[in-house]
Amino acid sequence: MKKSVILGMAGAACLAAGMATAGTLDEVKQRGELNCGVTTGLAGFAAPDANGVWQGFDVDYCRAVAAAVLGDPTKVKFVPTTGQTRFTALASGEVDMLARNTTWTFSRDVDLKFTFVAINYYDGQGFMVPKALGVSSAKELDGATVCIQTGTTTELNLADYFKANNMKYDPVPIETNAEGQQQFLAGACDVYTTDRSGLAATRATFAKPDDYVVLPEVISKEPLGPLVRQGDDQWADVVRWVANSLVEAEDLGITSANIEELSKGTNNPEINRILGTDGGLGKMLGLDDAWAKRAIAANGNYGEIFAANLGESTPIGLARGLNALWTHGGLQYSPPFR
Amino acid sequence: MADITIPPKDSFRLSMLIYDTRYRSLTIQVVFMFLLMAGATWLVNNTIYNLHVLGKDFSYSFLWSRAGYDINQRFIAYNSDSTHGRAMLVGLLNTLFIAFISCVAATVLGVIAGVLRLSKNWVVAKLMAIYVESFRNIPLLIWILVIFAVMTEAAPAPNAFRGANPSAHMWFFDTIAVTNRGVYFPEPLFFRSLGNIDLGIFLVSTDLLAIIAVMVLSILGYKRLQRSAETVQNATGIRPVTWWKSALILIAPIVILLVALGFHLGYPELKGFNFRGGVHARNSLIALWVALSVYTGAFIAEIVRAGIQAISRGQTEAALALGLKPGQTTNLVVLPQALRVIIPPMISEYLNITKNTSLAIAVGYMDLRATLGGITLNQTGRELEAMLLMMGIYLAISLIISSVMNFYNRSVKLKER
Repeated sequence: MKKSVILGMAGAACLAAGMATAGTLDEVKQRGELNCGVTTGLAGFAAPDANGVWQGFDVDYCRAVAAAVLGDPTKVKFVPTTGQTRFTALASGEVDMLARNTTWTFSRDVDLKFTFVAINYYDGQGFMVPKALGVSSAKELDGATVCIQTGTTTELNLADYFKANNMKYDPVPIETNAEGQQQFLAGACDVYTTDRSGLAATRATFAKPDDYVVLPEVISKEPLGPLVRQGDDQWADVVRWVANSLVEAEDLGITSANIEELSKGTNNPEINRILGTDGGLGKMLGLDDAWAKRAIAANGNYGEIFAANLGESTPIGLARGLNALWTHGGLQYSPPFR
Repeated sequence: MADITIPPKDSFRLSMLIYDTRYRSLTIQVVFMFLLMAGATWLVNNTIYNLHVLGKDFSYSFLWSRAGYDINQRFIAYNSDSTHGRAMLVGLLNTLFIAFISCVAATVLGVIAGVLRLSKNWVVAKLMAIYVESFRNIPLLIWILVIFAVMTEAAPAPNAFRGANPSAHMWFFDTIAVTNRGVYFPEPLFFRSLGNIDLGIFLVSTDLLAIIAVMVLSILGYKRLQRSAETVQNATGIRPVTWWKSALILIAPIVILLVALGFHLGYPELKGFNFRGGVHARNSLIALWVALSVYTGAFIAEIVRAGIQAISRGQTEAALALGLKPGQTTNLVVLPQALRVIIPPMISEYLNITKNTSLAIAVGYMDLRATLGGITLNQTGRELEAMLLMMGIYLAISLIISSVMNFYNRSVKLKER
């Protein structure tokens, strides 16, 4: 009995324990490895390939941060987290940052005490149904059985959407995307709902993707991005400006192909500042001058990362849409590097 | 004997706390208590400090805020506008429901398997041995997942029941539909329902109360009839014929009540995406129920077997020698004594079932762990509060079950006079 009390209290304390007094940046440098929280597997965003190497859009963000901080994009330990475990993993210090298509919301930012450092994908929630169902609009889904990942914003949006449209549904709660995919393909639910990028990514992995259709309705705003614990501003700045550097690089035309050449010095002072040819920025961040150069060289600029993992040439085939640069009618925009 | 040594009246020395056996155990206990308290203090302090560092407070106010999510299986009224506290209650009722039906099914299965394992029929005994050994030696979680996967993949989708030439058919004269989303049963309905009583937190069906009341009265009447028959038998030696009176007392009132209420069955019907009407037992519920029952049933079978074998053969032989029939021997001699051996380990099995219901998360059954410890925890970020509350609730349920069962155990155990 006494022992169980101790163990119970230990368990409770574990949630809050593990917070170190040193800054996360120093901790990561000392450890020589970045602990990055990702999904348990969502093609295009974060999933291990045939060789067990993690690949994807969010994964490339982890690698860019590792390259900037540690000088090596491979020094990342990927920690798979579910919708339910991700915040505990970050709050407890198990991971240094989350890059796990997580929606930036008020309560997560303010009440859960996290800092969202960037929006790397502007998304919205959608519905996917089998074509055979003959449904062309989400408004026709009254009475449907819906597979939904628990612990997500989509769960709350779903409840709100059906309530607002005076429709009923039967939720089938699932834990991971893989589980949802299996249930949906088995026909245990009529509809699978999550962020539209996630639907496209999931659909791309189906044996017959053409038998399924993503309905046109976008029922929510889902700004996805990397996040860190609140209260460590130095670390938040590092992750924020690594993310910004990727967007700025696309804006300035810095690619993984020409970065070596451009870093020798150009007559564009902005390029010189970001690539560290004109020093100074790295030191302010607690890093060396070539931090952004390494981050960009790891996987290329934002446009290259998007094209390689999610773009129209991949099986997922997402258009840039809202995620085009601001100069191309999108929302991706970086504050100036000066 | 003049040299009796009078023990020196030493004054108390500190070293005696360790070297003197009179004090040693006390010393150890006191030191252990101090260490324990220091450890507990450190943990509590550490928690408070780290909550402070994280900028979090400790508050249960989230229980009164809007939950915002839906729950598929609910025994009380609930929608996404209800509070997190009510979501917790819905989850708690789901936990209690699955625990209750699993305990009942596991007991029935376990008793049958345990008795049959002692059967003289070689095939039956071996079959039961295979059941026991295969089910209790494979982890419960795997059974839950296997049964869930079979239900989901093998059963037809509701769509298969559609059309002029459907590929799937309902069972038992079109009353039960087995689909990959669960099983739909007919539900009892009343044309002239008496309505519900609002208890504040939930509604109670007056129809159900009326039915229970009539059944209890019928049984009391039946017992009374039996007693009077016994009195007559004791006085005259002839037992009056009571079977038709018993039948009348037991059956007539309930039939009259059901007719008065306009009882009929609501059959499930395919409408839109799913079957509507009827009772919907979801796959998650069925998988969890079947897995918990057959898994725990295997343990109970062994407990029952041990209980029966604990009664020495001499007792059975003596009973038979006295002229008791085999059935009477079992009911009057073996079982009452076996129960004393069976009940204490059965308490543990019931507690195990109750705690194992938290594996519901694997198949998305919305129990206490999935509502309070899952979605509520995740949406509010109140890990510590939700976990402590959940631990407290499970502890309370377990303590209640164990005290009820201990009370029953005291009532059947050997009364020594």
